[in-house]
Amino acid sequence: MTGPAAPGGRAASAPLLGSDTEPTVFELSVPGRRAWSLRTTEVPEVPVADLVPVAFRREDQVELAEVSERDLVAHVTRLSHRQFSVDLGAYPLGSCTMKYNPKVCDAVAALEGLAGVHPAAPPSLTQGWLSLLVELERALCELTGMAAATLQPAAGAAGELTGLLLMRAWHQAHGSVRHRVVIPDSAHGTNPASVTLGGYQVTTVPTDERGCVDLDALCRVLDEDVAGIMLTNPNTLGLFEEDITTIARKAHDVGALLYYDGANLNAILGVVRPGDMGFDIVHMNLHKTFATPHGGGGPGAGPVAVAERLAPFLPGPRPVALEPDEEGTARFGWTVPPQSIGRVHGFHGNALVLARALAYLLVNGGDGLRRVAELAVLNANWLRTRLRGTFDAPYDRPCMHEAVLSARTLRDRFGVRALDVAKRLLDEGFHAPTIYFPLIVDEALMIEPTETESLQTLEALAQAFERIVAEAAASGPAEAHAAPHHTPVRRVDEARAARHLVATYDARH
Amino acid sequence: MDTPEDLRYSTDHEWVRVAGDRVRVGITDYAQDALGDVVFVDVPAVGAVVEPGGPLGEVESTKSVSEVYAPVGGEVLAVNTSLAERPELLNSDPYGDGWICELRPSDPSTVDNLLDAAAYRALVDG
Repeated sequence: MTGPAAPGGRAASAPLLGSDTEPTVFELSVPGRRAWSLRTTEVPEVPVADLVPVAFRREDQVELAEVSERDLVAHVTRLSHRQFSVDLGAYPLGSCTMKYNPKVCDAVAALEGLAGVHPAAPPSLTQGWLSLLVELERALCELTGMAAATLQPAAGAAGELTGLLLMRAWHQAHGSVRHRVVIPDSAHGTNPASVTLGGYQVTTVPTDERGCVDLDALCRVLDEDVAGIMLTNPNTLGLFEEDITTIARKAHDVGALLYYDGANLNAILGVVRPGDMGFDIVHMNLHKTFATPHGGGGPGAGPVAVAERLAPFLPGPRPVALEPDEEGTARFGWTVPPQSIGRVHGFHGNALVLARALAYLLVNGGDGLRRVAELAVLNANWLRTRLRGTFDAPYDRPCMHEAVLSARTLRDRFGVRALDVAKRLLDEGFHAPTIYFPLIVDEALMIEPTETESLQTLEALAQAFERIVAEAAASGPAEAHAAPHHTPVRRVDEARAARHLVATYDARH
Repeated sequence: MDTPEDLRYSTDHEWVRVAGDRVRVGITDYAQDALGDVVFVDVPAVGAVVEPGGPLGEVESTKSVSEVYAPVGGEVLAVNTSLAERPELLNSDPYGDGWICELRPSDPSTVDNLLDAAAYRALVDG
């Protein structure tokens, strides 16, 4: 595509009002002001002293902000207008899969019949919910090529820990004592953290020149002390691990299990399945692949699917289809797997997130989900090809859903680092890409446009990157070093913030 | 990039300065530049015995958390306590006030297996 960039995807026109600092809610506080009124409860007021023994009573007043509803709504609305969000523009934050979340999923999650159900309601009153959970589990197993799943884990890292606990339970049940889990040096930071939390030691294997697991190095560390290998495929460089079936065979030869980190599942949806590659345990990030809210947007969900032989160890209770009743109506209930590792979440996981994910699956259908992966890969390769002359391409071969480039030459020639590029991109009306990850790429820029951005948005994004580099070449690094120029908060001192962490706010000072 | 001639270097970007029967250890100028602004340094316990190539501590920067590996094995004799308050010393003075710890090598001859300044420069320029 040539010609001027269409305006799609840029948020430079967002109503970011002025540059005054938004006060904290405590600074808006006025003693005695309230955002609620309970005048007509008809419940008699009882002194706290009559209800709570003195030993359990606070000595000091709780220091909450005292604001009116009107002031509170204005405050949080102003804050939200100063935020970048997926709904505002393109968000190419590599590895995070910040795709646009279709509003139909929100509409489903808001249905009174789903949202209004108490989690302690008995199965007789929650047959609809149970059938939804059973159907989601079946769909996730079909997409990943696994036999059974738990929907409980609250997010990706919780899924990882659940997977490692399943790994531990499996080996224990087979009388095998193992101490190590192997992960590649390009892995997400959560992998070694989960391994440690799961009671194992980390063994790292290096990446070869093509950006994949170094097979010889892997063979050298594999023995019967290895409980499992954790991989993503495509890996964190956005490259497909072509030796995956060999890796799976070598893992299984020493009795180790193969764990699939679902971080990059978006790239292969409906095309190839982790179960068919030889993986035994798979976690999925519903907030990435299945368009449920990320981070501050709501609770997460990180279901874990397993091969048949691991199903008896899954967390419980699990939703299951029972025998139909006498009239042939489907019935659903709960069951606890025989060797279950127990609960990993109160109640049944973050259920409304699960409802959103099922809505997304059904809206797209099998062919639509395959199209998700195809377009995610196409978009990333379009950007990689377009920008390979603008930045360095350390692994210059077709990528999957994300492109890892490097600002090394830009830094060496003009003094502009990946951090500066990321900050300058905010001035262009885009969210920054992921930077300095994976750690094995110098000055890494990890760009993941996802399938939801149009060609016009990709063009606008590419032109923004090109302008940043052209500016550095023409007039040096000053503009980039001082960026962002147009955001409500300018460049923050990240080092000082980390060295002198202030985690609480004291309004009295 | 600074690479003092009188030090020895590991391929993991630690430096070693020999002083009598003890060696002082830190991370190189190249390493601190690659890590970026250091915000926290986890030093080993005095008296701990470390394996050659084993974990000696961690350096956390605004970019990442990286392990520091023991360039030689031995007993930890002293650690740089000022890093707790001033981790930025690793950036401003990596070969001086930004040292990490002192070891008594269990086998002093292993220091000779480390790279000299010219070999280390060749490693990072390669």
